[in-house]
Amino acid sequence: MKGMSLIVKTVTRWIKGFIFLFGIYIVLTGHLSPGGGFAGGVILASSFILLTLAFGKEVALSKLSKNMASELDSIGALMFLTIALLGMCCGGAFFVNFLHRSHPGEAFRLLSAGNIMLYNIAIGIKVGASLFMVFVIISAIKVVLKDDAMKMIRHK
Amino acid sequence: MTRESGMIYALCFVLFMVGLYCVVVKKNLVKIVLGLAIMEYAVNLFLILIGYRKDGIAPIIDGATDAKTFAAASVDPLPQALVLTSIVIGLGVLTLMVALCIRLYERYGTFDITQIRRLRG
Amino acid sequence: MFELIFLLLIFCIIGALVAVETRDLLSAIIALGAVGFGLSIIFLLLKAPDIAITQIVVEILCLVVLIRATISRDLTTISGDREFFGMIATVVLLFVAFLFGLEVLRELPQFGAPLFTKAPGAVTNVYLTEGLAKTGAANIVTAILLDFRAYDTLGEATVLFTSILGAMAILRIRSRKKVRD
Repeated sequence: MKGMSLIVKTVTRWIKGFIFLFGIYIVLTGHLSPGGGFAGGVILASSFILLTLAFGKEVALSKLSKNMASELDSIGALMFLTIALLGMCCGGAFFVNFLHRSHPGEAFRLLSAGNIMLYNIAIGIKVGASLFMVFVIISAIKVVLKDDAMKMIRHK
Repeated sequence: MTRESGMIYALCFVLFMVGLYCVVVKKNLVKIVLGLAIMEYAVNLFLILIGYRKDGIAPIIDGATDAKTFAAASVDPLPQALVLTSIVIGLGVLTLMVALCIRLYERYGTFDITQIRRLRG
Repeated sequence: MFELIFLLLIFCIIGALVAVETRDLLSAIIALGAVGFGLSIIFLLLKAPDIAITQIVVEILCLVVLIRATISRDLTTISGDREFFGMIATVVLLFVAFLFGLEVLRELPQFGAPLFTKAPGAVTNVYLTEGLAKTGAANIVTAILLDFRAYDTLGEATVLFTSILGAMAILRIRSRKKVRD
């Protein structure tokens, strides 16, 4: 049994791109409006999870494989730390907002907050990739019948 | 303390107690996970309730107001920032607990904690 | 406003009681989802839109993960008798703890009058008045999260990374064992 019914598949085909786009919007405008890296990352992950539930695991894994998700998880965490360390080089302290200090942009614009948008992007990548990966692993576990489990215990 | 505010804190505390009751009394592993989630919700709600200002506005500046009038009207943003991290950590911890539940179910064939007796490495 | 929060809290408590007491695990998880969504509306009414968005999204993901964990198992209803005496003793003890907790609640600040309004030197006042000028972020919650208190976020990211790593390590052992068998 691969995926759900035809209605679910058609609606998913239309809507998945919009969900992904909305996640990117939430991540990018986290410093201007409600949202941010965490909420946006979870929305990005849920677009892939919708794909997994509607079409089956293979389709979702062909878009974003398990190794790729694991790498993106690490890349997000490393990017967060690298930007924080760059603050040490350029601004003199860990986590200093050096971009906003040197180039204070016009307020209420996309590029107004300096480092904060970069942090949001890093966290969004990290949260989205790690949650998608853990969902794929949880959903990959097959059902073990009760008798089989008992047999396994007795053999040991 | 007025009756209103006392009542709303008390209801939040009742929600916490429902979760604690579920964790203490129930024997099903999934029910215990649900009880922990309810307790976490109650704690998050309590922290947000502490920082609420009557007739306040959300802590987001728009271009029209200046900083002084904004600071005189806004709700407390500090508990909101802390709760935001707490919610995401709760998701991670819930995933870890669900993984443990799945492993225990596969090993013992049941979710009942009274039947999971034999511990083995 | 206050009455609406009150009613939603009652709704959340009823949902939590249903989630605790029902015998079907799938119904229990859906009742937990009702609690989470009600809580999200309360956060929106308490002027915390960041928390409301995060809560509603995380709640959906929680439901998917929990349903995936329970619905495919063959044991979805709870059977067996309960120890009546032990349950009564637990309820009485919890009620006593609740009464002591009510005494503690008297020391809290009024609902609607947070502490930082009375203390001029509170750190929240600095965040609110100088947050936009110092960080350039209009959303003060994000400014606190990623600039003033970025160490908290670093610790949070570490905890999330470790818990996901732990879940993967727990779930991967079985597949490897199966291949070896």
